[in-house]
Amino acid sequence: MDDLRRLNPVVLIGLAFVLVVLISASVFRVSETRQAIIVRLGKPDRIVNRYDESRPIGLSGAGLAVKIPFIEQVLFIDKRVMDLDMPQQTVLSTDQLRLVVDAFARFRIVDPLRMYQTVGNEDRVAEQLSRILGSKLRNELGTQPFAALLSPERGVMMDEIQKDVNRVARQYGAEIVDVRIKRADLPPGTPLDSAFERMRTARRQEASAIRAQGYKQAQIIRAEADATASKIYADSFGKDPDFYAFYRAMQSYRTTFTDPQAGEGSSSVILSPDNEYLREFRGRRGG
Amino acid sequence: MTLQSDGGSGGPWGSGGSGGTGGSGGGPRNPWGQPPRRPSGGGGGRGGPDFEDFIRRSQERLRSSFPGGGDRFNWMTIIGIVVLLWVVFTSFYRVDPQQRAVVSRLGKYVETTGPGMHFKLPSPIDTVIKRSVEAISTIDIGSASGESQNLMLTGDQNIIDIAYSVRWKIRDPELFLFEIAEPEQTIREVAESAMRAEIASVSLDNAIGPQRAQIAARVQERMQDALDSYRAGVEIRGVDIKQADPPKEVDDAFKDVSAAQQDAQKYLNDANAYAQQLTARAQGEAASFDKVYGQYRLAPEVTRKRMYFETMEDVLSKVDKTVVETEGVQTYLPLSEVQRSSRKAAQ
Repeated sequence: MDDLRRLNPVVLIGLAFVLVVLISASVFRVSETRQAIIVRLGKPDRIVNRYDESRPIGLSGAGLAVKIPFIEQVLFIDKRVMDLDMPQQTVLSTDQLRLVVDAFARFRIVDPLRMYQTVGNEDRVAEQLSRILGSKLRNELGTQPFAALLSPERGVMMDEIQKDVNRVARQYGAEIVDVRIKRADLPPGTPLDSAFERMRTARRQEASAIRAQGYKQAQIIRAEADATASKIYADSFGKDPDFYAFYRAMQSYRTTFTDPQAGEGSSSVILSPDNEYLREFRGRRGG
Repeated sequence: MTLQSDGGSGGPWGSGGSGGTGGSGGGPRNPWGQPPRRPSGGGGGRGGPDFEDFIRRSQERLRSSFPGGGDRFNWMTIIGIVVLLWVVFTSFYRVDPQQRAVVSRLGKYVETTGPGMHFKLPSPIDTVIKRSVEAISTIDIGSASGESQNLMLTGDQNIIDIAYSVRWKIRDPELFLFEIAEPEQTIREVAESAMRAEIASVSLDNAIGPQRAQIAARVQERMQDALDSYRAGVEIRGVDIKQADPPKEVDDAFKDVSAAQQDAQKYLNDANAYAQQLTARAQGEAASFDKVYGQYRLAPEVTRKRMYFETMEDVLSKVDKTVVETEGVQTYLPLSEVQRSSRKAAQ
């Protein structure tokens, strides 16, 4: 202690500085979101905080780690689930219909060492996988009829694609967590317009069918009403057709000769003395 | 001298400290307000000069300590106090009621803590990230206002224009922070794919009308499953379909369908009105005939005569009458006069 104290403070500070540099060069922090490859003289030696499904965060090895200063270097690789966005694909279904498909996938690096050795970094993994996934998607969806591309069986198809791509992904130390179709649309232009046209004609057909049905129903209702009325008349008047003829004639005379709209005196009647009405008028000549 | 300079150095750190703990009282909170209490205040009552004074004096002390011997004790004390204050003020943190705090020790996840004051290791060792677990974020997809359309194919290969929003919140902050690279974008993409998958399994008519609520519920479920499989630590609180309409290109045709329904209803209403009218009239006429017939049956001859004369009386009283009495006489009918008189009457 006394020796130390007798040392020149400048030397002391220098020593402290060297110590700090050494420590900072040999100790490093690995956060939960990253995996670290320690490369010794260009050769990967070991991995810290490697992704392991069975070890949840907090137990996976993140934290402080040590390396040999200046001889070993650290490479950080993302540990999280990452986004793999693919460019839009135009898929031709077996029935020659075009569909614009926009898919996405999620992946994570499960074998950082392999990834480092094969492609180098995460971006290039994404690039590779995106290309492979794109062609896989095109091939797989191209073997399906249009209707199947929209159907619930699409899920099975996507699982199939995911399985296939995962085989390739593993060669890059990656794992596809999920593949999904984000969008599957008709391309703008003719296909979209013809779909619209089809919708329009279908609706027009529906509209005219509804009108025709309504008209038909209305006709039936009217006919039934006519029939009912006829029956009511027949039931009532049929009890004495002779009296009905008389009764109705009386009503009819009233209506035709005394039309209130034409006014009084608009009709002229020439009566013969033989008329039943004038029988008494003649003083019972014939009676 | 030593005591005074210590007081001076305590000042600025004290200010940082009291700020950090949220203030324990009004008076001693601001050390710059205290200089009058200091006997040898060289800088006056303002903050700036005082601080410069402190720096200058520290430098002097630093210099004096170098040529061996010096006052090394003072120098070490200052560093000690600084470190101590640093330790004290970075060892506590407060979590608001709606928040959870994720504590990492040198990058390693340690724990997630709830609301309240908490202790942790001082700052470079333990870091705390706070996230609200109550705040609900909303992602809107498609727009209900109509300037742009979000077209989707339905199960019957029709096209629908749909706008919806997704409400989500953080459920497990540690998963949210450590497991997913771009949470917001992930949720958006999962929402789009889930909605499309659902819409592709229903017909256009169902999507527009009756099954909206079920679709929203199923999308929510689907999204939650997908996000859980990523271990995103996100909870989907709800999916709201704001708009689900046929695209505007075919809107007229859809309106025509509802117009047709109105038309058909109109036909039916007219027919029903006609039917009711006709039946009522028939019933009325039949009933009145029945009544008259009932009377007629009691005294047929008289009733018949009475009805005849009543009718004739009524009729002939309102018309021009000409009675031709003599037999064998060619009657001259002044037709023009008859017509004139009838015209006059009409006027």
